[in-house]
Amino acid sequence: MGKPKTAGESLWRSAWRTLRHHPTGMIGLVGLAILLSLVALAPMLAPADPTAMNLANTLQPPNAQHPFGTDDLGRDILSRVLWGGQESLRVALLAILIAALGGITLGLVAGYFGGITDALIMRIVDVFLAFPTILLLLSIVAALGPNLGTVLIALGVSFIPNVSRFVRGTVLATKNREYVTAARVVGAPDARIMLIHILPNILAPLIVYATVGLGTAIILTAGLSYLGLGAQPPSPEWGAMLNYGRNYLHDAWWMSVFPGVAIFAAVLFVNLLGDGLRDALDPKLRA
Amino acid sequence: MLLYTMRRLLLLIPILLGVTLLTFAIAQITPGDPVALMLGVGATPERVAAVREQLGYNDPLLVQYARYVGNALRGDLGQSVRGQTPVLREIWMRLPSTFELTLAAMLLAIIGGVGAGVIAAATRNRVAQTLTMIIALVGLSVPSFWLAILLILVFGVKLQWVAVTGGEGLKDLILPAVCLALGPAAVLARLTRSSVLEVIREDYVRTARAKGMQERAIVLKHVLRNALIPVITVIGMQFAAMLSGAVFIESVFARPGLGRFVVNAVSARDYPQVQGIVLFMATVYVVLNLLVDLAYGWLDPRIRFD
Repeated sequence: MGKPKTAGESLWRSAWRTLRHHPTGMIGLVGLAILLSLVALAPMLAPADPTAMNLANTLQPPNAQHPFGTDDLGRDILSRVLWGGQESLRVALLAILIAALGGITLGLVAGYFGGITDALIMRIVDVFLAFPTILLLLSIVAALGPNLGTVLIALGVSFIPNVSRFVRGTVLATKNREYVTAARVVGAPDARIMLIHILPNILAPLIVYATVGLGTAIILTAGLSYLGLGAQPPSPEWGAMLNYGRNYLHDAWWMSVFPGVAIFAAVLFVNLLGDGLRDALDPKLRA
Repeated sequence: MLLYTMRRLLLLIPILLGVTLLTFAIAQITPGDPVALMLGVGATPERVAAVREQLGYNDPLLVQYARYVGNALRGDLGQSVRGQTPVLREIWMRLPSTFELTLAAMLLAIIGGVGAGVIAAATRNRVAQTLTMIIALVGLSVPSFWLAILLILVFGVKLQWVAVTGGEGLKDLILPAVCLALGPAAVLARLTRSSVLEVIREDYVRTARAKGMQERAIVLKHVLRNALIPVITVIGMQFAAMLSGAVFIESVFARPGLGRFVVNAVSARDYPQVQGIVLFMATVYVVLNLLVDLAYGWLDPRIRFD
Protein backbone atom coordinates (compact mmCIF):
# COMPACT_ATOMS: atom_id res chain seq x y z
CA MET A 1 0.00 0.00 0.00
CA GLY A 2 3.08 2.20 0.18
CA LYS A 3 3.46 2.09 -3.57
CA PRO A 4 0.81 4.56 -4.71
CA LYS A 5 2.10 7.02 -2.14
CA THR A 6 5.66 7.07 -3.45
CA ALA A 7 4.34 7.08 -7.00
CA GLY A 8 2.22 10.08 -6.04
CA GLU A 9 5.20 11.91 -4.58
CA SER A 10 7.25 11.41 -7.66
CA LEU A 11 4.33 12.66 -9.76
CA TRP A 12 4.24 15.92 -7.81
CA ARG A 13 8.00 16.31 -7.92
CA SER A 14 8.23 15.74 -11.66
CA ALA A 15 5.18 17.97 -12.20
CA TRP A 16 6.98 20.78 -10.37
CA ARG A 17 10.04 20.18 -12.53
CA THR A 18 7.92 20.40 -15.70
CA LEU A 19 6.14 23.51 -14.46
CA ARG A 20 9.41 25.23 -13.53
CA HIS A 21 10.60 24.93 -17.11
CA HIS A 22 7.24 25.97 -18.55
CA PRO A 23 7.70 29.67 -19.35
CA THR A 24 4.04 30.71 -19.62
CA GLY A 25 3.04 28.50 -16.69
CA MET A 26 5.65 30.23 -14.54
CA ILE A 27 4.48 33.68 -15.69
CA GLY A 28 1.01 32.63 -14.52
CA LEU A 29 2.25 31.28 -11.19
CA VAL A 30 4.45 34.27 -10.36
CA GLY A 31 1.91 36.79 -11.67
CA LEU A 32 -0.86 35.22 -9.63
CA ALA A 33 1.35 35.11 -6.52
CA ILE A 34 2.15 38.82 -6.89
CA LEU A 35 -1.47 39.75 -7.53
CA LEU A 36 -2.72 37.73 -4.55
CA SER A 37 -0.06 39.32 -2.31
CA LEU A 38 -0.98 42.83 -3.44
CA VAL A 39 -4.65 42.15 -2.75
CA ALA A 40 -3.99 40.41 0.57
CA LEU A 41 -1.77 43.30 1.69
CA ALA A 42 -4.32 45.93 0.61
CA PRO A 43 -4.76 47.18 4.22
CA MET A 44 -1.05 48.06 4.26
CA LEU A 45 -0.44 48.96 0.60
CA ALA A 46 -3.54 50.98 -0.28
CA PRO A 47 -2.70 54.69 -0.13
CA ALA A 48 -6.21 55.61 1.03
CA ASP A 49 -9.38 54.24 2.57
CA PRO A 50 -11.37 52.65 -0.30
CA THR A 51 -14.61 54.29 0.80
CA ALA A 52 -13.19 57.64 2.01
CA MET A 53 -14.79 60.45 0.00
CA ASN A 54 -13.02 63.66 -0.84
CA LEU A 55 -15.35 66.04 -2.63
CA ALA A 56 -12.54 68.53 -3.23
CA ASN A 57 -10.73 65.98 -5.35
CA THR A 58 -13.32 64.33 -7.65
CA LEU A 59 -12.79 62.77 -11.11
CA GLN A 60 -9.03 63.33 -11.08
CA PRO A 61 -7.24 61.65 -13.98
CA PRO A 62 -4.31 59.40 -13.04
CA ASN A 63 -1.52 61.48 -11.45
CA ALA A 64 1.37 61.07 -9.04
CA GLN A 65 -0.83 61.22 -5.98
CA HIS A 66 -3.58 58.98 -7.40
CA PRO A 67 -1.93 56.64 -9.92
CA PHE A 68 -5.32 55.27 -11.05
CA GLY A 69 -7.19 58.58 -10.63
CA THR A 70 -10.23 59.26 -8.44
CA ASP A 71 -13.96 58.71 -8.95
CA ASP A 72 -16.92 61.10 -8.76
CA LEU A 73 -16.80 61.02 -4.97
CA GLY A 74 -13.06 61.63 -4.84
CA ARG A 75 -12.29 58.04 -3.80
CA ASP A 76 -8.84 56.73 -4.75
CA ILE A 77 -9.30 54.13 -7.53
CA LEU A 78 -6.00 52.33 -6.80
CA SER A 79 -7.04 51.75 -3.19
CA ARG A 80 -10.46 50.56 -4.32
CA VAL A 81 -8.96 48.14 -6.86
CA LEU A 82 -6.62 46.68 -4.20
CA TRP A 83 -9.42 46.27 -1.66
CA GLY A 84 -11.92 45.14 -4.27
CA GLY A 85 -9.72 42.21 -5.17
CA GLN A 86 -10.35 40.81 -1.71
CA GLU A 87 -14.04 40.52 -2.51
CA SER A 88 -13.78 39.38 -6.14
CA LEU A 89 -11.06 36.80 -5.58
CA ARG A 90 -12.44 35.54 -2.27
CA VAL A 91 -15.86 34.86 -3.77
CA ALA A 92 -14.35 33.10 -6.80
CA LEU A 93 -12.02 30.97 -4.66
CA LEU A 94 -14.76 30.02 -2.18
CA ALA A 95 -17.13 29.17 -5.03
CA ILE A 96 -14.53 26.77 -6.46
CA LEU A 97 -14.12 25.27 -2.98
CA ILE A 98 -17.88 24.69 -2.64
CA ALA A 99 -18.01 23.20 -6.14
CA ALA A 100 -15.02 20.97 -5.39
CA LEU A 101 -16.44 19.67 -2.09
CA GLY A 102 -19.88 19.01 -3.55
CA GLY A 103 -18.61 17.70 -6.87
CA ILE A 104 -15.95 15.41 -5.36
CA THR A 105 -18.47 13.89 -2.94
CA LEU A 106 -21.12 13.24 -5.59
CA GLY A 107 -18.64 12.11 -8.22
CA LEU A 108 -16.80 9.75 -5.85
CA VAL A 109 -20.01 8.18 -4.60
CA ALA A 110 -21.52 7.84 -8.09
CA GLY A 111 -18.36 6.47 -9.69
CA TYR A 112 -17.35 4.19 -6.84
CA PHE A 113 -20.70 2.57 -6.06
CA GLY A 114 -22.06 2.52 -9.61
CA GLY A 115 -25.46 0.92 -10.28
CA ILE A 116 -28.59 2.67 -9.08
CA THR A 117 -26.71 5.25 -7.00
CA ASP A 118 -24.69 6.24 -10.03
CA ALA A 119 -27.71 6.34 -12.34
CA LEU A 120 -29.71 8.47 -9.91
CA ILE A 121 -26.94 11.00 -9.25
CA MET A 122 -25.93 11.27 -12.89
CA ARG A 123 -29.48 11.76 -14.21
CA ILE A 124 -29.88 14.72 -11.83
CA VAL A 125 -26.47 16.02 -12.90
CA ASP A 126 -27.54 15.68 -16.55
CA VAL A 127 -30.51 17.95 -15.98
CA PHE A 128 -28.28 20.61 -14.41
CA LEU A 129 -25.81 20.25 -17.28
CA ALA A 130 -28.61 20.72 -19.81
CA PHE A 131 -28.84 24.25 -18.44
CA PRO A 132 -26.30 26.80 -19.58
CA THR A 133 -24.56 27.86 -16.34
CA ILE A 134 -25.61 31.49 -16.69
CA LEU A 135 -29.32 30.58 -16.60
CA LEU A 136 -28.88 28.56 -13.43
CA LEU A 137 -26.92 31.44 -11.90
CA LEU A 138 -29.57 34.00 -12.83
CA SER A 139 -32.40 31.78 -11.53
CA ILE A 140 -30.70 31.39 -8.15
CA VAL A 141 -29.90 35.10 -7.92
CA ALA A 142 -33.51 35.94 -8.85
CA ALA A 143 -34.75 33.63 -6.11
CA LEU A 144 -32.37 34.66 -3.33
CA GLY A 145 -31.85 38.32 -4.17
CA PRO A 146 -28.90 40.19 -5.67
CA ASN A 147 -25.87 40.31 -3.38
CA LEU A 148 -22.36 38.86 -3.24
CA GLY A 149 -23.36 36.06 -0.86
CA THR A 150 -25.98 34.85 -3.33
CA VAL A 151 -23.43 34.99 -6.14
CA LEU A 152 -21.09 32.82 -4.07
CA ILE A 153 -23.78 30.19 -3.44
CA ALA A 154 -25.06 30.33 -7.02
CA LEU A 155 -21.58 29.93 -8.52
CA GLY A 156 -20.64 27.12 -6.16
CA VAL A 157 -23.86 25.21 -6.81
CA SER A 158 -23.83 25.69 -10.56
CA PHE A 159 -20.28 24.33 -10.87
CA ILE A 160 -21.05 21.18 -8.84
CA PRO A 161 -22.58 19.21 -11.76
CA ASN A 162 -19.52 19.77 -13.97
CA VAL A 163 -17.14 18.75 -11.21
CA SER A 164 -19.20 15.64 -10.31
CA ARG A 165 -19.23 14.46 -13.89
CA PHE A 166 -15.50 15.03 -14.19
CA VAL A 167 -14.69 13.28 -10.89
CA ARG A 168 -16.97 10.35 -11.73
CA GLY A 169 -15.15 9.86 -15.02
CA THR A 170 -11.74 9.80 -13.37
CA VAL A 171 -13.01 7.51 -10.58
CA LEU A 172 -14.31 5.03 -13.16
CA ALA A 173 -10.89 5.00 -14.76
CA THR A 174 -9.19 4.46 -11.40
CA LYS A 175 -11.39 2.14 -9.39
CA ASN A 176 -10.36 -1.10 -11.07
CA ARG A 177 -6.62 -0.55 -10.65
CA GLU A 178 -4.75 -3.26 -8.75
CA TYR A 179 -4.08 -1.17 -5.65
CA VAL A 180 -7.79 -0.45 -5.22
CA THR A 181 -8.68 -4.11 -5.68
CA ALA A 182 -5.92 -4.98 -3.21
CA ALA A 183 -7.35 -2.59 -0.63
CA ARG A 184 -10.78 -4.09 -1.12
CA VAL A 185 -9.44 -7.61 -0.76
CA VAL A 186 -7.83 -6.87 2.59
CA GLY A 187 -11.23 -5.56 3.73
CA ALA A 188 -10.72 -1.78 3.81
CA PRO A 189 -14.05 0.05 4.26
CA ASP A 190 -15.50 1.88 1.25
CA ALA A 191 -14.98 5.34 2.72
CA ARG A 192 -11.31 4.56 3.35
CA ILE A 193 -10.80 3.25 -0.18
CA MET A 194 -12.44 6.32 -1.66
CA LEU A 195 -10.55 8.87 0.44
CA ILE A 196 -7.14 7.21 0.85
CA HIS A 197 -6.75 5.25 -2.35
CA ILE A 198 -8.87 6.84 -5.06
CA LEU A 199 -9.00 10.54 -4.19
CA PRO A 200 -5.22 11.19 -4.13
CA ASN A 201 -4.95 9.61 -7.55
CA ILE A 202 -7.55 11.83 -9.15
CA LEU A 203 -6.19 14.95 -7.46
CA ALA A 204 -3.86 15.92 -10.30
CA PRO A 205 -6.47 16.24 -13.08
CA LEU A 206 -8.81 17.80 -10.54
CA ILE A 207 -6.34 20.59 -9.75
CA VAL A 208 -6.00 21.39 -13.45
CA TYR A 209 -9.77 21.40 -13.80
CA ALA A 210 -10.24 23.63 -10.74
CA THR A 211 -7.68 26.13 -12.00
CA VAL A 212 -9.50 26.51 -15.30
CA GLY A 213 -12.79 26.84 -13.37
CA LEU A 214 -11.28 29.57 -11.19
CA GLY A 215 -10.82 31.82 -14.23
CA THR A 216 -14.48 31.39 -15.15
CA ALA A 217 -15.52 32.01 -11.54
CA ILE A 218 -13.58 35.30 -11.41
CA ILE A 219 -15.21 36.51 -14.65
CA LEU A 220 -18.70 35.50 -13.54
CA THR A 221 -18.35 37.03 -10.06
CA ALA A 222 -17.29 40.35 -11.55
CA GLY A 223 -19.79 39.98 -14.40
CA LEU A 224 -22.80 39.51 -12.15
CA SER A 225 -21.71 42.46 -10.03
CA TYR A 226 -21.29 44.47 -13.21
CA LEU A 227 -24.93 43.68 -14.06
CA GLY A 228 -25.91 44.93 -10.62
CA LEU A 229 -26.77 41.40 -9.45
CA GLY A 230 -23.80 40.86 -7.11
CA ALA A 231 -21.82 43.22 -4.93
CA GLN A 232 -23.66 46.52 -4.40
CA PRO A 233 -22.23 50.04 -4.05
CA PRO A 234 -20.20 51.31 -2.26
CA SER A 235 -18.41 47.95 -2.49
CA PRO A 236 -15.09 48.21 -4.38
CA GLU A 237 -15.66 44.74 -5.91
CA TRP A 238 -14.15 44.93 -9.42
CA GLY A 239 -17.35 44.28 -11.34
CA ALA A 240 -19.31 46.66 -9.13
CA MET A 241 -16.69 49.36 -9.81
CA LEU A 242 -17.12 48.84 -13.57
CA ASN A 243 -20.87 49.07 -13.17
CA TYR A 244 -20.46 52.33 -11.27
CA GLY A 245 -17.97 53.68 -13.81
CA ARG A 246 -20.26 53.24 -16.79
CA ASN A 247 -22.07 56.45 -15.91
CA TYR A 248 -18.78 58.31 -16.32
CA LEU A 249 -17.57 56.93 -19.65
CA HIS A 250 -17.41 60.42 -21.12
CA ASP A 251 -15.66 62.06 -18.18
CA ALA A 252 -13.52 59.46 -16.50
CA TRP A 253 -12.22 56.55 -18.60
CA TRP A 254 -9.97 55.49 -15.73
CA MET A 255 -13.00 54.45 -13.68
CA SER A 256 -13.83 51.84 -16.34
CA VAL A 257 -10.31 50.80 -17.29
CA PHE A 258 -8.38 49.94 -14.11
CA PRO A 259 -10.85 47.59 -12.39
CA GLY A 260 -11.11 45.74 -15.72
CA VAL A 261 -7.34 45.48 -16.01
CA ALA A 262 -7.36 43.82 -12.58
CA ILE A 263 -10.00 41.25 -13.63
CA PHE A 264 -8.18 40.60 -16.89
CA ALA A 265 -4.81 40.17 -15.18
CA ALA A 266 -6.24 37.78 -12.59
CA VAL A 267 -7.96 35.63 -15.22
CA LEU A 268 -4.96 35.69 -17.57
CA PHE A 269 -2.55 34.55 -14.83
CA VAL A 270 -4.96 31.82 -13.74
CA ASN A 271 -5.33 30.60 -17.34
CA LEU A 272 -1.56 30.66 -17.94
CA LEU A 273 -1.02 28.69 -14.74
CA GLY A 274 -3.80 26.31 -15.79
CA ASP A 275 -2.09 25.63 -19.12
CA GLY A 276 1.20 25.03 -17.33
CA LEU A 277 -0.40 22.73 -14.76
CA ARG A 278 -2.14 20.77 -17.51
CA ASP A 279 1.17 20.11 -19.23
CA ALA A 280 2.78 19.26 -15.89
CA LEU A 281 0.05 17.16 -14.31
CA ASP A 282 -2.19 15.65 -16.95
CA PRO A 283 -0.91 12.12 -17.39
CA LYS A 284 -2.71 11.75 -20.72
CA LEU A 285 -0.52 14.41 -22.29
CA ARG A 286 2.71 13.01 -20.86
CA ALA A 287 5.08 11.22 -23.14
CA MET B 1 -29.71 7.08 -38.25
CA LEU B 2 -33.47 7.51 -38.18
CA LEU B 3 -33.69 5.27 -35.15
CA TYR B 4 -30.94 7.23 -33.43
CA THR B 5 -32.65 10.53 -34.19
CA MET B 6 -35.91 9.21 -32.76
CA ARG B 7 -34.18 7.97 -29.64
CA ARG B 8 -32.40 11.28 -29.13
CA LEU B 9 -35.70 13.11 -29.56
CA LEU B 10 -37.28 10.87 -26.92
CA LEU B 11 -34.38 11.57 -24.59
CA LEU B 12 -35.27 15.26 -24.76
CA ILE B 13 -38.42 14.55 -22.75
CA PRO B 14 -36.82 13.60 -19.40
CA ILE B 15 -34.24 16.37 -19.76
CA LEU B 16 -36.88 19.03 -20.42
CA LEU B 17 -39.06 17.67 -17.61
CA GLY B 18 -36.03 17.97 -15.36
CA VAL B 19 -35.52 21.57 -16.49
CA THR B 20 -39.15 22.42 -15.65
CA LEU B 21 -38.79 20.67 -12.29
CA LEU B 22 -35.70 22.72 -11.52
CA THR B 23 -37.22 26.11 -12.43
CA PHE B 24 -40.36 25.14 -10.52
CA ALA B 25 -38.32 24.10 -7.46
CA ILE B 26 -36.34 27.36 -7.48
CA ALA B 27 -39.64 29.28 -7.60
CA GLN B 28 -40.67 27.46 -4.44
CA ILE B 29 -37.59 28.60 -2.49
CA THR B 30 -38.12 32.22 -3.59
CA PRO B 31 -39.04 34.18 -0.48
CA GLY B 32 -42.07 36.47 -0.68
CA ASP B 33 -45.56 35.92 -2.02
CA PRO B 34 -45.80 36.40 -5.82
CA VAL B 35 -49.49 37.28 -5.51
CA ALA B 36 -48.82 40.00 -2.96
CA LEU B 37 -46.11 41.35 -5.27
CA MET B 38 -48.47 41.25 -8.23
CA LEU B 39 -51.28 43.09 -6.46
CA GLY B 40 -48.99 45.73 -5.02
CA VAL B 41 -48.76 47.19 -1.51
CA GLY B 42 -52.35 48.45 -1.47
CA ALA B 43 -53.95 45.01 -1.58
CA THR B 44 -55.78 43.78 1.52
CA PRO B 45 -54.85 40.38 2.95
CA GLU B 46 -58.35 39.13 2.01
CA ARG B 47 -57.86 40.15 -1.60
CA VAL B 48 -54.42 38.48 -1.69
CA ALA B 49 -55.93 35.30 -0.24
CA ALA B 50 -58.76 35.35 -2.78
CA VAL B 51 -56.43 35.81 -5.75
CA ARG B 52 -54.10 33.12 -4.40
CA GLU B 53 -57.04 30.73 -4.34
CA GLN B 54 -58.20 31.84 -7.78
CA LEU B 55 -54.74 31.38 -9.38
CA GLY B 56 -54.31 28.00 -7.73
CA TYR B 57 -51.42 28.87 -5.41
CA ASN B 58 -53.17 26.94 -2.61
CA ASP B 59 -53.27 23.68 -4.55
CA PRO B 60 -50.88 20.86 -3.65
CA LEU B 61 -47.40 21.36 -5.16
CA LEU B 62 -47.80 18.38 -7.47
CA VAL B 63 -50.99 19.85 -8.94
CA GLN B 64 -49.28 23.22 -9.35
CA TYR B 65 -46.31 21.57 -11.07
CA ALA B 66 -48.55 19.58 -13.43
CA ARG B 67 -50.42 22.76 -14.33
CA TYR B 68 -47.12 24.58 -14.91
CA VAL B 69 -45.88 21.88 -17.28
CA GLY B 70 -49.27 21.65 -19.02
CA ASN B 71 -49.33 25.41 -19.57
CA ALA B 72 -45.73 25.41 -20.81
CA LEU B 73 -46.60 22.69 -23.34
CA ARG B 74 -49.38 24.87 -24.68
CA GLY B 75 -46.92 27.74 -24.99
CA ASP B 76 -48.10 29.56 -21.87
CA LEU B 77 -44.97 30.51 -19.94
CA GLY B 78 -46.87 32.53 -17.36
CA GLN B 79 -47.19 36.23 -16.81
CA SER B 80 -44.93 38.93 -15.55
CA VAL B 81 -45.65 39.89 -11.93
CA ARG B 82 -45.87 43.58 -12.75
CA GLY B 83 -46.78 44.04 -16.37
CA GLN B 84 -49.38 41.25 -16.61
CA THR B 85 -48.16 40.57 -20.15
CA PRO B 86 -47.63 36.96 -21.24
CA VAL B 87 -43.92 36.14 -20.96
CA LEU B 88 -43.89 34.31 -24.29
CA ARG B 89 -45.06 37.40 -26.18
CA GLU B 90 -42.29 39.46 -24.57
CA ILE B 91 -39.81 36.76 -25.56
CA TRP B 92 -40.93 36.76 -29.22
CA MET B 93 -40.55 40.54 -29.32
CA ARG B 94 -36.93 40.33 -28.22
CA LEU B 95 -35.87 37.17 -30.01
CA PRO B 96 -34.91 38.77 -33.38
CA SER B 97 -32.37 41.10 -31.74
CA THR B 98 -30.65 38.27 -29.87
CA PHE B 99 -30.81 35.98 -32.90
CA GLU B 100 -29.17 38.62 -35.09
CA LEU B 101 -26.42 39.21 -32.52
CA THR B 102 -25.60 35.55 -31.87
CA LEU B 103 -25.68 34.67 -35.56
CA ALA B 104 -23.27 37.48 -36.43
CA ALA B 105 -21.02 36.56 -33.51
CA MET B 106 -21.08 32.84 -34.37
CA LEU B 107 -20.04 33.58 -37.96
CA LEU B 108 -17.22 35.82 -36.76
CA ALA B 109 -16.10 33.23 -34.21
CA ILE B 110 -16.07 30.38 -36.74
CA ILE B 111 -14.28 32.33 -39.46
CA GLY B 112 -11.81 33.95 -37.08
CA GLY B 113 -11.29 31.03 -34.72
CA VAL B 114 -11.05 28.19 -37.22
CA GLY B 115 -9.01 30.36 -39.59
CA ALA B 116 -6.52 31.31 -36.88
CA GLY B 117 -6.29 27.72 -35.68
CA VAL B 118 -5.54 26.38 -39.16
CA ILE B 119 -2.95 29.07 -39.79
CA ALA B 120 -1.30 28.43 -36.43
CA ALA B 121 -1.05 24.71 -37.14
CA ALA B 122 -0.34 24.57 -40.86
CA THR B 123 2.04 27.49 -41.27
CA ARG B 124 5.71 26.95 -40.65
CA ASN B 125 6.05 30.56 -39.57
CA ARG B 126 6.81 30.53 -35.84
CA VAL B 127 5.92 34.18 -35.34
CA ALA B 128 2.45 33.69 -36.86
CA GLN B 129 1.96 30.62 -34.70
CA THR B 130 2.93 32.29 -31.44
CA LEU B 131 0.97 35.41 -32.26
CA THR B 132 -2.29 33.58 -32.94
CA MET B 133 -1.95 31.56 -29.77
CA ILE B 134 -1.24 34.68 -27.68
CA ILE B 135 -4.32 36.35 -29.14
CA ALA B 136 -6.33 33.23 -28.36
CA LEU B 137 -5.11 33.22 -24.76
CA VAL B 138 -5.96 36.89 -24.34
CA GLY B 139 -9.36 36.23 -25.93
CA LEU B 140 -10.03 33.55 -23.34
CA SER B 141 -9.02 35.76 -20.44
CA VAL B 142 -10.54 39.13 -21.23
CA PRO B 143 -14.02 39.53 -19.71
CA SER B 144 -16.40 40.22 -22.62
CA PHE B 145 -18.24 42.99 -20.75
CA TRP B 146 -14.99 44.83 -20.08
CA LEU B 147 -13.87 44.48 -23.69
CA ALA B 148 -17.25 45.94 -24.62
CA ILE B 149 -16.66 48.92 -22.34
CA LEU B 150 -13.20 49.48 -23.85
CA LEU B 151 -14.56 49.34 -27.41
CA ILE B 152 -17.32 51.78 -26.48
CA LEU B 153 -14.69 54.10 -24.97
CA VAL B 154 -12.61 54.01 -28.15
CA PHE B 155 -15.21 53.84 -30.94
CA GLY B 156 -18.16 55.49 -29.24
CA VAL B 157 -16.76 58.11 -26.89
CA LYS B 158 -13.42 59.06 -28.52
CA LEU B 159 -13.90 58.41 -32.24
CA GLN B 160 -17.71 58.67 -32.23
CA TRP B 161 -18.04 56.12 -35.04
CA VAL B 162 -20.94 54.30 -33.41
CA ALA B 163 -23.69 55.16 -30.98
CA VAL B 164 -22.47 54.66 -27.41
CA THR B 165 -25.49 52.54 -26.52
CA GLY B 166 -28.86 51.59 -27.93
CA GLY B 167 -28.01 51.86 -31.65
CA GLU B 168 -29.85 49.34 -33.79
CA GLY B 169 -28.31 49.71 -37.25
CA LEU B 170 -26.01 47.18 -38.89
CA LYS B 171 -23.05 49.36 -37.92
CA ASP B 172 -24.10 49.10 -34.30
CA LEU B 173 -24.07 45.31 -34.55
CA ILE B 174 -20.32 45.17 -35.21
CA LEU B 175 -18.97 45.97 -31.74
CA PRO B 176 -21.38 43.71 -29.79
CA ALA B 177 -20.78 40.87 -32.25
CA VAL B 178 -17.00 41.22 -31.95
CA CYS B 179 -17.19 41.18 -28.13
CA LEU B 180 -19.46 38.16 -28.15
CA ALA B 181 -17.33 36.32 -30.70
CA LEU B 182 -13.94 36.74 -29.02
CA GLY B 183 -14.23 34.08 -26.31
CA PRO B 184 -15.70 31.36 -28.56
CA ALA B 185 -13.22 32.29 -31.33
CA ALA B 186 -10.36 31.76 -28.88
CA VAL B 187 -11.71 28.35 -27.85
CA LEU B 188 -12.15 27.34 -31.49
CA ALA B 189 -8.68 28.57 -32.45
CA ARG B 190 -6.97 26.51 -29.75
CA LEU B 191 -9.01 23.42 -30.51
CA THR B 192 -8.63 23.69 -34.29
CA ARG B 193 -4.89 24.08 -33.91
CA SER B 194 -4.44 20.95 -31.80
CA SER B 195 -6.88 18.99 -33.94
CA VAL B 196 -5.11 19.95 -37.19
CA LEU B 197 -1.72 19.14 -35.64
CA GLU B 198 -3.02 15.69 -34.75
CA VAL B 199 -4.48 14.93 -38.18
CA ILE B 200 -1.45 16.27 -40.05
CA ARG B 201 0.59 13.36 -38.64
CA GLU B 202 -1.80 10.72 -40.01
CA ASP B 203 -0.69 8.20 -42.61
CA TYR B 204 -3.13 9.37 -45.25
CA VAL B 205 -1.66 12.87 -45.08
CA ARG B 206 1.81 11.45 -45.58
CA THR B 207 0.48 9.45 -48.52
CA ALA B 208 -1.00 12.58 -50.05
CA ARG B 209 2.33 14.35 -49.66
CA ALA B 210 4.18 11.37 -51.12
CA LYS B 211 2.09 11.40 -54.24
CA GLY B 212 3.06 15.03 -54.73
CA MET B 213 -0.13 16.83 -53.81
CA GLN B 214 0.18 20.53 -53.12
CA GLU B 215 0.33 21.44 -49.43
CA ARG B 216 -2.67 23.75 -49.81
CA ALA B 217 -4.79 21.01 -51.31
CA ILE B 218 -3.69 18.56 -48.62
CA VAL B 219 -4.75 20.91 -45.86
CA LEU B 220 -8.07 21.75 -47.47
CA LYS B 221 -9.07 18.29 -48.73
CA HIS B 222 -7.55 15.81 -46.32
CA VAL B 223 -6.67 17.57 -43.10
CA LEU B 224 -9.53 20.01 -42.56
CA ARG B 225 -12.32 17.56 -43.28
CA ASN B 226 -11.11 15.30 -40.51
CA ALA B 227 -9.74 17.88 -38.15
CA LEU B 228 -12.96 19.86 -38.05
CA ILE B 229 -15.08 17.02 -36.67
CA PRO B 230 -14.30 17.68 -32.99
CA VAL B 231 -14.49 21.40 -33.75
CA ILE B 232 -18.12 21.03 -34.83
CA THR B 233 -19.13 19.59 -31.46
CA VAL B 234 -17.43 22.41 -29.66
CA ILE B 235 -19.18 24.94 -31.90
CA GLY B 236 -22.39 23.46 -30.50
CA MET B 237 -21.14 23.92 -26.97
CA GLN B 238 -20.23 27.51 -27.76
CA PHE B 239 -23.93 28.28 -28.13
CA ALA B 240 -24.05 28.18 -24.33
CA ALA B 241 -21.15 30.62 -24.16
CA MET B 242 -22.97 32.86 -26.65
CA LEU B 243 -26.13 32.80 -24.57
CA SER B 244 -24.14 33.66 -21.49
CA GLY B 245 -22.26 36.35 -23.39
CA ALA B 246 -25.48 37.83 -24.75
CA VAL B 247 -26.65 38.39 -21.17
CA PHE B 248 -23.63 40.64 -20.56
CA ILE B 249 -23.13 42.16 -24.01
CA GLU B 250 -26.77 43.15 -24.51
CA SER B 251 -26.69 44.88 -21.15
CA VAL B 252 -23.51 46.83 -21.94
CA PHE B 253 -24.76 47.96 -25.35
CA ALA B 254 -28.38 48.37 -24.18
CA ARG B 255 -29.64 46.09 -26.95
CA PRO B 256 -33.29 45.10 -26.62
CA GLY B 257 -32.68 41.32 -26.62
CA LEU B 258 -33.44 38.32 -24.44
CA GLY B 259 -30.24 38.62 -22.44
CA ARG B 260 -31.01 42.11 -21.26
CA PHE B 261 -34.63 41.10 -20.70
CA VAL B 262 -33.64 38.33 -18.30
CA VAL B 263 -31.21 40.61 -16.44
CA ASN B 264 -33.95 43.20 -15.98
CA ALA B 265 -36.33 40.49 -14.79
CA VAL B 266 -33.77 39.27 -12.26
CA SER B 267 -33.12 42.84 -11.05
CA ALA B 268 -36.86 43.38 -10.61
CA ARG B 269 -37.06 39.93 -8.97
CA ASP B 270 -39.93 39.11 -11.29
CA TYR B 271 -39.58 35.37 -10.82
CA PRO B 272 -42.43 34.22 -13.11
CA GLN B 273 -40.73 36.15 -15.90
CA VAL B 274 -37.28 34.77 -15.07
CA GLN B 275 -38.76 31.27 -14.93
CA GLY B 276 -40.35 31.68 -18.35
CA ILE B 277 -37.25 33.05 -20.05
CA VAL B 278 -35.02 30.43 -18.44
CA LEU B 279 -37.30 27.61 -19.57
CA PHE B 280 -37.43 29.04 -23.08
CA MET B 281 -33.67 29.57 -23.37
CA ALA B 282 -32.86 26.17 -21.87
CA THR B 283 -35.20 24.48 -24.37
CA VAL B 284 -33.58 26.30 -27.29
CA TYR B 285 -30.17 25.32 -25.98
CA VAL B 286 -31.05 21.63 -25.55
CA VAL B 287 -32.59 21.45 -29.04
CA LEU B 288 -29.59 23.22 -30.62
CA ASN B 289 -27.25 20.75 -28.98
CA LEU B 290 -29.29 17.86 -30.33
CA LEU B 291 -29.08 19.31 -33.84
CA VAL B 292 -25.31 19.68 -33.49
CA ASP B 293 -25.01 16.06 -32.32
CA LEU B 294 -27.01 14.89 -35.31
CA ALA B 295 -24.91 17.01 -37.67
CA TYR B 296 -21.83 15.39 -36.17
CA GLY B 297 -22.97 11.95 -37.28
CA TRP B 298 -23.85 13.24 -40.70
CA LEU B 299 -20.39 14.76 -41.14
CA ASP B 300 -18.49 11.73 -39.95
CA PRO B 301 -19.96 8.49 -41.27
CA ARG B 302 -17.50 6.55 -39.11
CA ILE B 303 -19.57 7.44 -36.06
CA ARG B 304 -22.08 4.68 -35.56
CA PHE B 305 -25.33 5.24 -33.78
CA ASP B 306 -25.93 1.99 -32.03
